[in-house]
Amino acid sequence: MPTPLVVSDVAKSFTMHLRDGIKLPVIAGVSFSIKAGECTVLGGPSGAGKSSILKMLYGNYAVDEGQIIVSHEGGLIDLANASPRTVLAVRRQTIGYVSQFLRTVPRVSALDVVAEPLVERGEDREAARGKARALLSQLNLPEKLWALPPATFSGGEQQRVNIARGFITEHPILLLDEPTASLDATNRDVVIELIAAKKAAGVALLGIFHDHDVREAVADRIIDVTAFAPGKLAA
Amino acid sequence: MTDEPLLRVSALSKFYGSRVGCDNVSFDLWPGEVLAVVGESGSGKTTLLNCLSTRLLPSSGTASYRMRDGQFRELYRMSEAERRFLMRTDWGFVHQNPADGLRMTVSAGANVGERLMAVGDRHYGKIRATAVDWLSRVEIEQDRIDDEPRAFSGGMRQRLQIARNLVTGPRLVFMDEPTGGLDVSVQARLLDLLRGLVTDLGLAAIVVTHDLAVARLLSQRMMVMKDGRVVESGLTDRVLDDPRAPYTQLLVSSILQV
Ligand SMILES: Nc1ncnc2c1ncn2[C@@H]1O[C@H](COP(=O)(O)OP(=O)(O)OP(=O)(O)O)[C@@H](O)[C@H]1O
Ligand SMILES: Nc1ncnc2c1ncn2[C@@H]1O[C@H](COP(=O)(O)OP(=O)(O)OP(=O)(O)O)[C@@H](O)[C@H]1O
Ligand SMILES: [Mg+2]
Ligand SMILES: [Mg+2]
Repeated sequence: MPTPLVVSDVAKSFTMHLRDGIKLPVIAGVSFSIKAGECTVLGGPSGAGKSSILKMLYGNYAVDEGQIIVSHEGGLIDLANASPRTVLAVRRQTIGYVSQFLRTVPRVSALDVVAEPLVERGEDREAARGKARALLSQLNLPEKLWALPPATFSGGEQQRVNIARGFITEHPILLLDEPTASLDATNRDVVIELIAAKKAAGVALLGIFHDHDVREAVADRIIDVTAFAPGKLAA
Repeated sequence: MTDEPLLRVSALSKFYGSRVGCDNVSFDLWPGEVLAVVGESGSGKTTLLNCLSTRLLPSSGTASYRMRDGQFRELYRMSEAERRFLMRTDWGFVHQNPADGLRMTVSAGANVGERLMAVGDRHYGKIRATAVDWLSRVEIEQDRIDDEPRAFSGGMRQRLQIARNLVTGPRLVFMDEPTGGLDVSVQARLLDLLRGLVTDLGLAAIVVTHDLAVARLLSQRMMVMKDGRVVESGLTDRVLDDPRAPYTQLLVSSILQV
């Protein structure tokens, strides 16, 4: 089986045209790969570029340099140079992502927000809702909230909807940006179990976890992002 | 899913005398894809949309459309009658002002039914039943079917215009500021409805809007225009979260949050 994801020599900077075009280098020389059945963790202080790396892997941020090779439907694709249409196909089939905050859509119920990625992959809506119910109850989201749009939910409730939405599919690669940040201890433990189940199913996970206990519980390997600080490139 | 685009646009330009309408625009649109076109007033969005829908002929450039038989046809080489037929059957056009897309002096039901008759439906009972079904899909009460759109609110008129356009099962829909003239709360409801219909029907659409939140909610891909040119394009969330062109950064920074 090919390595699910290989990142080589990726660099990213932001050019702020509204502020005299100053260039803000974020990271450079980012090279690593992740393995099926493992959870790799990105470590490093705030602002080191951890979220930016995840966003590039998901096609949400553009990549300045380097390659992101993903194994997608039996072939290899360089996400750093892929067309929008290809990125969308990779998101549908290969790479899942749990963002730090849920982006709410008006009038869509929590249950359908969670079921949507499965429906997009062609699964029957009722079957998808069944799986969504199971996940939401595993994450202890009160049943009376399921039919409501998540816009008015608390931070922790929204985050659980977001986690369920990310975990419901069987994407071979799953990116997690601080999924446990706004959860209580009980629900943190549920997320740890969910991650263990994904590993057992052979999913390659790449995550950011500020919480020390969660990191200890899930990490197979930690990559220190400060090694990719732009100044260090010469070394 | 097919591996061929529905629409191929290459180097499309439209000049009004010496004034630029749109300049050298190229892109492909695939089935089921929603493309948002954003940009400031006068940047050429409506000009582009009108050229694509053949309501206006471009000064230069080409656009080819994949017909239902799988063959690509060059739009600007079709006869007037062929283009009309496409507009009536395979395409929809949702105007910012519903009065431009509706017949204001015939009933709501007839506004929807008329499009069905245009594609050859003749059975009155079936037409009426389909009209009722579509009115309910756009959340217009059944007892309003015999009312004229003149008696409708702005939001209802816009929903009726959408029903009129979608009833024939088009493959491509053009929309020019579909939520433009509406109150914010009415806009939200309409957007929701559009989002649901576009997903359920697997429509391809080109949506002109100056509202980045509309683009975020409805589209997968986005083009940013300025002075008639495309200054940036890509996945909608990429363009909004990591804008690269100076003009896109200005556009994104001048709104609170999308
Ligand atoms: N869209 C953006 N535009 C401009 N600068 C950005 C953007 N996104 C991130 N940055 C900058 O890039 C740097 C890295 O940010 P990033 O969010 O990747 O850090 P992080 O390691 O995830 O931090 P934290 O632990 O606080 O979440 C920061 O200086 C940030 O301000
Ligand atoms: N019929 C016309 N004759 C001459 N110039 C025109 C004509 N239609 C549009 N223009 C000019 O072409 C340019 C692009 O206009 P267009 O209507 O396409 O802009 P737009 O992006 O849709 O703007 P808005 O957001 O205000 O609707 C403008 O400079 C406009 O003045
Ligand atoms: Mg972060
Ligand atoms: Mg216009």
